Amino acid sequence: MMMILFFALAAIAVAGAVSLILQKEPIHSALSLIIVMVALAGLYLLLGAEFISAVQIIVYAGAIMVLFVFVIMLLNAGNEERTNFSRMAAYIGLPLAAVLGAGLVYFVGRGSQQVANPEVVTDVTRPLAMMLFKDYVFPFELTSILILIAILGAVVLARREGDSE
Amino acid sequence: MVPVSYFIVLSAVLFSLGIVGFLFKRNIVTMFMSIELMLNAVNLAFIAFGRSLGQLQGQVFVFFVIVVAAAEAAAGLAIVILIQRNRKTLNVERVNLLKL
Amino acid sequence: MSAFLAEHSLIATSIVKTVVLLFLVLTALAYLTWFERKVVGHIQSRWGPYRVGPHGLLQPLADGLKFIMKEDPFPIGADKFVYFLAPLLSMAVALTALAIIPFGPQEITLFGHTSSLAIVDLNLGLLFLFAISSLGVYGVSLAGWASNSKYPLLGGLRSSAQMVSYELSLTLSVVGVLLMAGSFSLRDFIQHQQGWTWHFLPRWNLFAGPLPQILGFFCYFVAAIAETNRAPFDLAEAEQELVGGFHTEYSSMKFAMFFMAEYANMVTVSCLATILFFGGWLSPFPVAGSWSWTLYIPAAVFVICGLMLIWDGITYTTNIGKVELVILGFALTGVGVLAGTSFAISFVQGPFWFLTKVLAFLFIYVWVRGTLPRFRYDQLMAIGWKLLLPVSLANVVLTSLALVVTGR
Repeated sequence: MMMILFFALAAIAVAGAVSLILQKEPIHSALSLIIVMVALAGLYLLLGAEFISAVQIIVYAGAIMVLFVFVIMLLNAGNEERTNFSRMAAYIGLPLAAVLGAGLVYFVGRGSQQVANPEVVTDVTRPLAMMLFKDYVFPFELTSILILIAILGAVVLARREGDSE
Repeated sequence: MVPVSYFIVLSAVLFSLGIVGFLFKRNIVTMFMSIELMLNAVNLAFIAFGRSLGQLQGQVFVFFVIVVAAAEAAAGLAIVILIQRNRKTLNVERVNLLKL
Repeated sequence: MSAFLAEHSLIATSIVKTVVLLFLVLTALAYLTWFERKVVGHIQSRWGPYRVGPHGLLQPLADGLKFIMKEDPFPIGADKFVYFLAPLLSMAVALTALAIIPFGPQEITLFGHTSSLAIVDLNLGLLFLFAISSLGVYGVSLAGWASNSKYPLLGGLRSSAQMVSYELSLTLSVVGVLLMAGSFSLRDFIQHQQGWTWHFLPRWNLFAGPLPQILGFFCYFVAAIAETNRAPFDLAEAEQELVGGFHTEYSSMKFAMFFMAEYANMVTVSCLATILFFGGWLSPFPVAGSWSWTLYIPAAVFVICGLMLIWDGITYTTNIGKVELVILGFALTGVGVLAGTSFAISFVQGPFWFLTKVLAFLFIYVWVRGTLPRFRYDQLMAIGWKLLLPVSLANVVLTSLALVVTGR
C-alpha cells in the first residue's frame, strides 16, 4: 500500500519536474512546480514528517509559488525563444545523458542500501516544536530577522523612481 | 514500508532535473523555479536521512531551508522585476553587459 | 463480494461517506443560494424568489438548468489549459476542505469498519484545512490570468493579494484556541470544550478557558469574510467595480463552479468557527439530571417547523404550492417525531446542534452582506495588515500569558 503510494507520488513529482523543463510558457512551468511541491508534501507524509508536509503546502506551495505566479503575471514573462539546437548534440547527447542518469540512479541506490529503516514515528509536532524553541531558538530568531531584511530589500528594490515614503 | 534508499534516489533524480532546468532555460523566472526544485529535492533528502537516523534534526533543518527559500524568492524576484524594467527582457542571454 | 468489501473496508467506507457528503453538500450549496437571495431580499424590504415553486424553493433547480444549457464561450487568446483548470481547482479545493469536519460525536460502523462521522479524522486536521485554503488562491489568480482581458487580470490580482494577506490573520487568530486545546485534531478541540462552568454556562472557547477568545473570534470571523471574498470585502468581484472581477469571462457551468466554490468556502469557514469557538456538536444546555428535557429540543424544533409549514401551505396562494408545502410539512413533522423516539434521540443531538450553529453563522454572513457597504481596496488591505494582524498577534501573546499564569 505504501509502495503504491510512493511510486504514484514519485511518478507525479518526476513528471512535474520534467514538465517544468519542457514547457514553453513560464506559467505552465509554475503550475508544474506546484504539482511537484504537492507531491513532495505527500512524500513527507509517507516519511512521517506531518508538520513539515503541512508547512510545505502552506508556505512553499501556497505562498512562495503564489509570489512566482504574481511576478509572471505582472511582468508578462514571454515564451522561451527557440535556440539553434544542434542535431549532433541531440543524437549523441541524449543517449549519453540517459546512460549517465541510469548510472546515477544505480549508484545512489546501491550506496544508500546500508541506510537504516526504522519505523515511522508519528506525532512529531510537539518534539519538533520543543527542539525549535529550545535547542535551535537562535537560528529561529535569526531567520525572522532574515525575512525582515528580505521584505525591506524587496520593497526598496521594486519601488519606482519618484515614489515618496 | 518503503526503504529510505528509494527516497534518496528520487531526491537525486529531482536534483539533477533541477540542474538541467537551470542550465538549459533562458528565462530568468524559469531558472529561478529550477533552483526552487533543487531546494525541494534537498529537503526530501534531509527528511529521508532524518528518518533513517531516528532524529528530528532533519525536519528542523528543512524548516529553515523553507524559510530561507522564501526570503531568497522575495529578494530574487524583486531583482527580476528590476531587470525587466531596465532591460525590457527576461532573457538572461541579453543581460550580459555590466553597462546598461 | 462481501468478503472483498470487508477486506477493503477502509476504502469502501470512505467512498460511501464521500458520496453521501458530496450529495448533501452540493444540495446544501444550491439551497444556500436560495437562502441568501431570500434573506437579502427581506433585508431590502422585498420578497426574494417567490414564483418558481412555492416560496421560490425550486429556484436553485431553475438556476442549475440555466447554467447547464447556457452557451460556453472561450475568449480569444486565452490560455486553454489554465482557463479550464481554474474553476476546477477552485471547486476541488473548496470541497476537499470539507473532508475532515466532524459532524457528530458518534462512531458509525460500515462494512465492519468503525469510524467517526467525518470522512477522515486527521490528527493534523487544522493544519490540513489551512493548507487547503492556501491552495485556494490559485483558482482566483489563474482565472484572472487565463481570461486574457484587463478586468479579470486586475480583479484576479487584487483578489489573490487580498486572500494571501488575510490568510495570515486567519491562521494567527486560531493559535489562541490551539494553545488552549493542545492538539491539532478537530475532535480534540470539541472534547476540550465539554462541560459547563457554574452548571449552566457552556465551556465553549468563546467564554471559558484561561482567556475567553473573543478577540480571536473577532479576528477569525473578519479574516474569514475577507478570505472568502464576500461582502463587505468583495471589491474584486463586485459588479459596480470591476464588472465581475476574475470570473468576468466565465459563463455557464464554469461560472457556476466559481459560485459554488465560494459558497463551499463559506460553509467550511462556518463549520470551523463552530468547532473552534462555539463547541461544535456540543449542546448549549446541560443534559444531566433535571435538564434532560433539553434532549427533546431537536424533535420539538422539527415538529414546530413542520406544523408551521402545514399552516402556511393551507393558506398559500397557488394550488400546487398548497399540496407541496403541506407534504413537506408532514414530512418534517414525521422527522421530528422520529427524532424524539428513544432509539434515534442520541444520534440526532450532535449533528442537530452542529448544523444549527453552522446555519446561524451562514445567516450572519448573509446578514453582513445585505447590510454593510463594501470597503475600498486600500482600506481593505489596511485593515488586513494594520488592524487584524496586530490584534491576532496580541491575542496569541495574551493567551500564552494567561496559560502560563494559570499554570497549564
